[in-house]
This record gives sequence, structure tokens and C-alpha cells, in this order.
Amino acid sequence: MTVVLAAAAAVLFGAGTWLLLQRQLTRIVIGLSLLAHGANLLVLLSAGRPAQPTFVGQSASSSLLDPLPQAFVLTAIVISFGVTTFLLALAYRSFTLTRNDLVQDDVEDRLVARLERRAEELRDLEGSP
Amino acid sequence: MNALLAAPVGLPLAAAGLCVAVGRFRRAQEVVSTTTLIAVTAATVALLLRVDAHGALATQAGGWPAPLGITLVADRFSAVMLVIGALMLLAVLVYAIGQGDVARRHVGFHPVYLILAAGVSAAFLTGDLFNLFVSFEVMLTASYVLLTLGGRLDQVRTGMTYVVISLLASGLFLTAIAFVYASTGTVNLADLADRLAALPPGLRQALVLLLLVVFGIKAAVFPLFFWLPDSYPTAPTAVTAVFAGLLTKVGVYAVIRTQTLLLEGDDRPQELLLWAAGLTMVVGVIGAIANNDIKRILSFHIVSQIGYMVMGLALFTVAGIAAAILYIAHHIVVKTTLFLAGGLVEHRAGTGQLDRLSGLVRTAPLLGVLFLVPALSLAGIPPFSGFVAKLALVDAGFAADRWLLVGTSLVVSLLTLFSMTKIWTGAFWGEPDPEATALRRAPGLMVGPTAALTVLSLVVAVAAGPLLGLTTRAAEDLLDRRNYTEVVTDQ
Repeated sequence: MTVVLAAAAAVLFGAGTWLLLQRQLTRIVIGLSLLAHGANLLVLLSAGRPAQPTFVGQSASSSLLDPLPQAFVLTAIVISFGVTTFLLALAYRSFTLTRNDLVQDDVEDRLVARLERRAEELRDLEGSP
Repeated sequence: MNALLAAPVGLPLAAAGLCVAVGRFRRAQEVVSTTTLIAVTAATVALLLRVDAHGALATQAGGWPAPLGITLVADRFSAVMLVIGALMLLAVLVYAIGQGDVARRHVGFHPVYLILAAGVSAAFLTGDLFNLFVSFEVMLTASYVLLTLGGRLDQVRTGMTYVVISLLASGLFLTAIAFVYASTGTVNLADLADRLAALPPGLRQALVLLLLVVFGIKAAVFPLFFWLPDSYPTAPTAVTAVFAGLLTKVGVYAVIRTQTLLLEGDDRPQELLLWAAGLTMVVGVIGAIANNDIKRILSFHIVSQIGYMVMGLALFTVAGIAAAILYIAHHIVVKTTLFLAGGLVEHRAGTGQLDRLSGLVRTAPLLGVLFLVPALSLAGIPPFSGFVAKLALVDAGFAADRWLLVGTSLVVSLLTLFSMTKIWTGAFWGEPDPEATALRRAPGLMVGPTAALTVLSLVVAVAAGPLLGLTTRAAEDLLDRRNYTEVVTDQ
């Protein structure tokens, strides 16, 4: 069972990473969510084998599930929920400003492209008297 | 003892709520945030004095005993970082209030700034990995908001890059915590120091390396630094100053804390850290030389100076780590001052592009001094604090026989000086542009903190002897792990 869940976490990580490398902002947001879910799943798995629910007195204390990772995961889920919301707001703001969903080019790349264009224009001017 | 340890975290959080409540009145918000940060500074100074006199302090939040509960620990290293951090946050807040544009227009600036302060303090005080994760997240989320406050297109673009990289690092951190918990059954740092020793060496090194990668992304160590020069320059000046001064140093703090506490002797990735330090220094300064905008040059310098701090750590001797801590303290002060001075240049002349500035030393001489002192300090010119810190590092490097690294650090120092003179000659030297519009006056609240921080860097230089004594005691504490573990397990 744990192996299946670990494999599921691996699939989530893989899918999340692939989506993270896409151009569209919405896909990036979904990819990050998948990555966070994969990490949360791993934290859950670190509790060990499935066991009895952690109510003191219900069963022998040695057969109770470790509750600490569940507390970790709750915190982590809430954190990733908040940040995903912020990221979505940021993506929407980018959409209202640029009217498309794409990741912007890097500033340095655009600068290099602009300098190349200018150099080409200069060459054209000098080439044709 | 409880109050002193909880104050740097609890006070800013409570004040953030208060700031939201009085959101209608900017003046009230400013008063609340300034008084809170003054109180936090006083508390951290008191904490440092107490910890230096009596040794590390620890407390359990909520009464749950270690290692199950949340531990707040302050040893000398944490206390030094707390004091410097609190001073920086206060100075930059006053600067931002003086600058007016971002602090005045957005009701969310002051609450989020205070939450950032709380997150940074929590990161320095926490005693377990998961609380470190939470405090990183608090700090990072506040930084996301501050970075994109204003909503312009370039801010949104760089904000997106920064958020995505940070989220990736957070996912990795959570994965590392999962693996650590699965292997050892605890996330308490003091407890981990014992339990990691019982693991097979390969697994132990893999866990610590994973943590090193996570904190390396935050600290902008080579080759994980690529996000920093892209995202820092577009934020408002005050925000960039705080990020440059503090956020990367929290990453460096986490690196130092985990590398010294969790591993021992031969297990430590010494060669890897030495190479990473050298490459970070070189790549950072080359990037600085290649650029033409003040903020961008300074951002690359951050990367380069992080290399120096990791170099001090990588030596893994008392002298090396003491020099690294002194370097961190000096660099936080100097970097913040440089960014504030750069912001003053932009405020007065209207631009930060070097090819559009000239002759500011004639038209704004005070600004020239405020830029020159930290710039020379960063390059390592005596008698400023940079010289003292670099001398300590070089000394420690020679004592550990790391000739190549010391040589690299000296060459990088020269190149840093070169790029600083590039800014100086571009912006300050030369004839003032006769067609330039008249310079705007800089308000006193902007010049004041910059001048105060410049004086502070001079104080660091003058008081270097006692400071190095303090950091040596801190380094001895770090390398002898029992100080930390005994204080925590005694709770």
C-alpha cells in the first residue's frame, strides 16, 4: 500500500514538474499545486504503516498511528492553499495587463533581442546608401 | 525568559493585526509599526546580552515537552542575527515611511511588513525543522506581497518568477522533512543531531544534502542563485533593501545551523561547500561587472558576497565560522545601506541607469558620501567593516590551508571594487548633465536611516575586536553541539 502511495507521489511530482515548465500561467499554477500535493503525500507517508486512529484509550498505544505527520500536513495544506490563491491572483493580474496567459520573456533576453534588432537596422542603413 | 524569546515573533504579529484594524489612518499605522519594531529591537538586544552572559536559552511553546513540542532556542548565533535583523527592519521601515509612495498608498504595506519581521525572527528562533518551514513560509508569503505591491507589469512578471521558485523550494523542503521524519522519527533539530548519527552514512549525507539544496535556493548559492538578480531590482527600494539584507541571510543562517548541528566531522560536505563558495563568489561578481543598472549590479553583489559567507562555513573551524558570522553581520548592514543609497539616487535623479546619470557628487555630495562609505566597505578597503570581515576570513582560510579559495576571494574583492567604481564614475563622477531637470529633494526620513546605517557600519568596523570575540564564542557554541542539544533537552 505504501509503495502504491509512494508511486502516486512520484507521479504527482513528475506531472507537476512537467506542467511547471509550460508557457501558460494556468498550467504553471496547476503544476505547482500538484508538486505541493506530492510533497504533502510524502509527509503523510512518513507516518509509517496504516494503523488505528489516534484516540487515546481506544486501542493499545503501540497500534496507534503517529499523529505528528498529520499535523504537519494540515499546516502544509493550508500554507499551499494560501500561496496558490495568491499565485492565481497574480496570474489574473498578468492577464488583465497583457491580455494573454503566457509567461513573459526574460528581461535580459528581450534586451539582447532589442540590441540585435538595432544593430541589424544600423547595418541596413549603412548597406543601402 | 519566555517573554524575551517570544517577543520578537509575537509582538510583530499582534501589531500587524492592529495595523489592519487602524487601516484607515496611515499615520496610526506608521506609529504602530515603528514602535513595535523599536520594542522588538530592544527585546533582541536584551536577549543577546543575556545569552552572551549565561549561554543559550530555550523554551517550549504550549508546554509540550521536547522533542515533541515546538522549541524556541536562542544561542549566540541566533541572537546576533536577531539583533541585526531587527535593526535593519526598523531602519528600512523609517526609510519607506519617508519615501512615501508605497507605504502611503497601500493599506497592506505595514501589516505585511510586520508579518515579514515576525517570520524572520521565527526563523532565527525556531528549534525544529517543521517550524523552520512554517516561518520560511510566513516570511516568503509576506515577501511575495511586498514584491508585487503596486501591480505593475514588470513587478507581476518578476513576482511570478520569484513565487514559482520559492514554491518549488518549499515543496522540496517539505519533501526533505518527510524523508527526515520517516528515517528518524523526529524533526526537532537537537534530537536530530543524535538520531541522525544512528543512520547509515549514505542516507544521512543524502538527507543533509537535500536540506542544503533547499536552503541553497533561498540563500542564492551557486548554482541556485539565478532567480535573485531577476526578481530583486523591480521592487520598491525599501522592499529590495529588506530582501537583500535579510532574506538571503535567513537562508545562510539555515545552512550554517543545519550543517554544523546535524553532521559531524567527515560527514560534512566540506569539498562541495568550498567549491560552491568559490564559484558563487566568482559568478556573482562577473554578473555585477556585466550590468549597467545600479540595483541590478547590487543584486549580483549579494550573490557574490554569499560566497564569502559559505566560504567561512566551509572551513568548519572556529575561526572560519566566527569570520562567517562577522561577515554576515557586516554584509547585512552594508548591503541594506547600499540599496537605500541607490534608492536615494533614483529618488533624486529619477533613474538608476548609469548611462543616464552623472555628476551627482557635485549636486548631491551627502549622497556621494552615503554611497561611498558602504561601497568601499563592501569592496574590503580599510578601515571599513568589509576589510575587517574579509581579513578574518582570509586569516581563517590561511590557517586551514585553503590557498586557492583565499586567492579567489582576494581576486573577487578586486573585481567588486572595480564594479563599485563603475557605479561611482557612472553616477557620481563627471560633469552634471546641464539639461537634467532639477533634482528632487530627498526627505529627511529617507536620508536619516541611510546615514544611521552608514554610521552603524563604521561602528561595526571600530568595534570589530569585541564583535569578533562574540562571534568566536558563537562559533565555538556551533561547533560544540552539546551547548545547543543540552539546553533544548533540559526543557
